[in-house]
Amino acid sequence: MRHWPPAASLSLRLKTNTLPFIARKAITSLVLPLLVVATVTATWLFSASDERRISIYSTVANYSLPVVERDGHDYVGLLELLEPLGSVSATTLGTRWRLRYNDVEAEFSAGENRARVHAGNVHLAANFLLENGRGLVPLASLGSLLPPILGGPVSLHEASRRLFIGSVAVHFTAQVGGSNPQSLVMNFTAPVNPTIATEPGKLQMVFTHEPLVAPGSPSLTFQSDVIPSANYEEENGAAQITVAGRTPLFASFSNNGKTITISPAPQPGRTANLQAAGQPGAQPAAPAPAQAAPVSLAPPVQANAAQPTAAIASPTQSSYFAVLDASHGGAERGAALTDELAEKDVTLAYARRIRLELGALGLNALVLRDGDNTITLDQRASQANAAHAAIYVAVHATSDGRGVRLYTALLPSSAPNNGPFLDWSTAQSAFLPRSQAAVASVQAELQKQQLPVLVMAAPLRPLNNIVGPAIAVEVAPPASGVADINSFNYQQLVARSVASGLIAARTQIEVPR
Amino acid sequence: MSPRQLGIGVAAMLAVALVMGLYALRMRGRAQTATPPANEAQAVAPPTAGPTEAVTLYVAHDDSGTLEEVSAHIPLPPSGQQRAEGVLRGLLRVYLNSSSPHAIPAAAEIRSVYLVDPGLAVIDINSEFANNHRSGVLVEELTVVSLVRTLTANVSGISRVKILVDGHERDTLSGHADLSCFYDVAAMNQLAEQISAGQ
Repeated sequence: MRHWPPAASLSLRLKTNTLPFIARKAITSLVLPLLVVATVTATWLFSASDERRISIYSTVANYSLPVVERDGHDYVGLLELLEPLGSVSATTLGTRWRLRYNDVEAEFSAGENRARVHAGNVHLAANFLLENGRGLVPLASLGSLLPPILGGPVSLHEASRRLFIGSVAVHFTAQVGGSNPQSLVMNFTAPVNPTIATEPGKLQMVFTHEPLVAPGSPSLTFQSDVIPSANYEEENGAAQITVAGRTPLFASFSNNGKTITISPAPQPGRTANLQAAGQPGAQPAAPAPAQAAPVSLAPPVQANAAQPTAAIASPTQSSYFAVLDASHGGAERGAALTDELAEKDVTLAYARRIRLELGALGLNALVLRDGDNTITLDQRASQANAAHAAIYVAVHATSDGRGVRLYTALLPSSAPNNGPFLDWSTAQSAFLPRSQAAVASVQAELQKQQLPVLVMAAPLRPLNNIVGPAIAVEVAPPASGVADINSFNYQQLVARSVASGLIAARTQIEVPR
Repeated sequence: MSPRQLGIGVAAMLAVALVMGLYALRMRGRAQTATPPANEAQAVAPPTAGPTEAVTLYVAHDDSGTLEEVSAHIPLPPSGQQRAEGVLRGLLRVYLNSSSPHAIPAAAEIRSVYLVDPGLAVIDINSEFANNHRSGVLVEELTVVSLVRTLTANVSGISRVKILVDGHERDTLSGHADLSCFYDVAAMNQLAEQISAGQ
């Protein structure tokens, strides 16, 4: 939080005794009050925009609440804190505030640092405050106040404002493995979905919604030239792991979001195998770069956007023939295909199946979302561009119609490109002919299997942000109905046709960028 | 510089700082209250009586994944903006019919259409339209192309179209069709022809 100095501490080095009367009068009667008002206004404006929060993790819900400061102490609204956890109500009787949580009653008095909970008393770190019927308790007292109310243990990380209710903590291990290149494998005890950002020399993962706790030592060192260390820290309701790297790093998810593998991003001339965990297939012979790759401008900045853009700017060879993007995921379920079947699950199953089919034919593929985690469209585009694969395939599913729909990007109205920098919204434009060639090839393979195929352009992100051939495959149900859309036979039929089509178009799509 | 001038200068600078602080405060309050209430009154409905005019509607068909060119006679207001709104509301009436070939949510509405020079049209649909729209690449694309093609076929001079939801930008219609962009009308018309021809 930024603090502005109080008016009294400002040193106006004026020789007031030499000022004429009118100037002294102006300073004393006009300027100083103005200064006070301006300072107070500025302080309020700036402090309000820099909100502090506490994160609460429980088996019922993970959420965060604003923290307010009163008389030098941090306070939090007790009713708001308990509301997501159970049945809670409060009544105000003069200066007394009565709270009922499930079957537990508690009573607080404004201006007193003692509360009665159930049959016992709890000492508060600072006085209880009652503001417009809202009961505020000191944040520092939550560790002692909540157990008798909730009937179970809580753990408060006061400095970082993180509250753990019950046994909800997520632990992790980290170890460097593999060779050429080495990668850091982090295994978590529950699925995680951090915000990831990269900058030269490090990769940062911020865990806002996960009750991640520190390992034995917050500083981890590894016997690796590529990834020498990692550091864990907590701040303002979030945990953060910073991984130091001597080359640009790239994070991929697997094991349903429980494993994060951090590897060096593809580099020019590197022949390393960046195969994802558990991914079959051999290393393809990558084409030699004959010219500099065009550079795509970064997407509009978003606070939570992980943008591993380091590799975008470099012409490179790739370990992957294809990037398979299982659309949707995490909180974003996509279409509800049936009462039980969400689009996000079907797209993941098809992406993995296509990877298997490509692997069986000797080609590596990266499944961009290899777990149930949320990835923004900009993140998908950035990661796909960083992988420098020969083709990007977005996988969608629908309950409407029959067969398979194939799409290329419908480019929007755009800003002009600026030298080697491409407009983000139309980065695909130079690659459309190759994308269309890939679609035609896949269409031919699907039609060989007597599957109905519809081909068209579509305003479907992130196709237009991909710097390379890019298509989308929307799987519609087979003739037997939507219940069979995820059946093994239909998956294999569609996936094998798509893989065969991509391979048949390889000479057309796999040209130097 | 004399002490008097110095004093007056300091006073003037502090007064400017105060005025700017108060102005920022006022702007902040205005921004916080700028969001329209959810139950804001809808735009004025087009006339349901009066002289009619022949228009061309591009009606989506889900079963074939195509657009059908349909001639209709609907009463239209004279001005450009009201005309644009009338045309699109006429299209929605087709979709809201029980025998619609491309069902959309029952509460779907066109809130407004803004014609902004040079050549930009902004279609503002209500949140029920987007929130309850069926999810899928093709079904969402058909809605978007149908709206854009119908609008530009009946209101001249539009080269770009933007779609808002309840006056706000939105990433997608219902998880797929991109609403964050400005649609290029020439490209959309080309796509509409492709869809109308059924490939």
